[in-house]
Amino acid sequence: MLKKISIAAAIVFSICAFAIFAFAQKTPQAKDNFPEIELLKPADKTHLKYLGLSGSGTFTINQIKAQAVIVQIFSMYCPYCQADAPNVNRLYGLIEGNFRLKDKIKILGIGAGNTSFEVNTFKKRYKVEFPLIPDGDFKIHKILGEVRTPYFIVVTLKSSKKPQIIYSRLGAHDDIDAFLEEIVTLAGIK
Amino acid sequence: MKRYTLLFSIALCLFSAPGALALSDAYKDNIYQTGKLKPVDSVLKVKVGDKALDFTLPSVSGKKISLKDYRGKKNVVLSFVPAAWTAVCSDQWPGYNIVQDIFEENAATLLGISVDNIPTLHSWTKQMGDLWFEVLSDFWPHGAVAEKFGILRSDGTAERAIFIIDKKGIIRHIDVHNINERPPLEGIVRELENLKD
Repeated sequence: MLKKISIAAAIVFSICAFAIFAFAQKTPQAKDNFPEIELLKPADKTHLKYLGLSGSGTFTINQIKAQAVIVQIFSMYCPYCQADAPNVNRLYGLIEGNFRLKDKIKILGIGAGNTSFEVNTFKKRYKVEFPLIPDGDFKIHKILGEVRTPYFIVVTLKSSKKPQIIYSRLGAHDDIDAFLEEIVTLAGIK
Repeated sequence: MKRYTLLFSIALCLFSAPGALALSDAYKDNIYQTGKLKPVDSVLKVKVGDKALDFTLPSVSGKKISLKDYRGKKNVVLSFVPAAWTAVCSDQWPGYNIVQDIFEENAATLLGISVDNIPTLHSWTKQMGDLWFEVLSDFWPHGAVAEKFGILRSDGTAERAIFIIDKKGIIRHIDVHNINERPPLEGIVRELENLKD
């Protein structure tokens, strides 16, 4: 009897250990590699062009033609993301309006738990010009450590290396200009 | 062997449960995580085509809101949520707050309803920004309106449910949703657009 209980306990322990390892993803940290996540290509041709992609299907972040990508984890249902939308739009405008940065830094929004309809509702409501990708089943959100929103991850892309996180932060930025300046410095953009 | 299979199943269920919602940093660490709940725990007492029973409830705005006030004027979406300060509920109404135009285009209004009392609802909804719709308290007699519709759960919370009632007071759509998940916005919009037919 004791032997059977021990075997059962060992099985449960092994399963728990495996499950914790397999499912618990930590919050992204600077110097970590950005996980290899399959993202849905935007249907909008302007957005595809902005990211330097073509066709349909999925892509990974290292396929984006840029030196750095700002990944914004947001939700249509998040009041702080709603309030922060004009600031992030301003960030996009600052980058696109600067010939030195325009082709080097891109922004990509991921709508955690949001369907395509919900992402498009957010986009329309706040006149967001950069691509927003749905993550209706929270798969991406889970891989990215189930962070609260809004959350910002900046990734550098160098062809010879895996995409590396250089910046990770929960919450909106009080000073968008300072944020952009920090990214430019961290990514070593000339 | 059966015992091991059972233990294996229990462990697998525990760790494959979906992660909690309540994503927004607006709530900081103040959200109570209920864990995975029984998807539906009540028996509906109404059906599509029924005349909706009237009710009057106090609103966070200080008004008394009656369903009959909208008769002949507006379609009404009733959004019942289980409880304030819990994960999925906290990530639901703020989304509806940015689509007032969609409701207006469909001659509809939204009434949010919970079994929480007014002070709790006041504190909770303050985190969501300025809501354009009324938030009603079905606290006392406890859950009486939820009970009328047949969506009061055995623990005294309401189901996560959507009822769409047309201008004539007829129930045109019912979605008693899995309590662990948020009903997609497009479902509500589609049903509102169907009212035009």
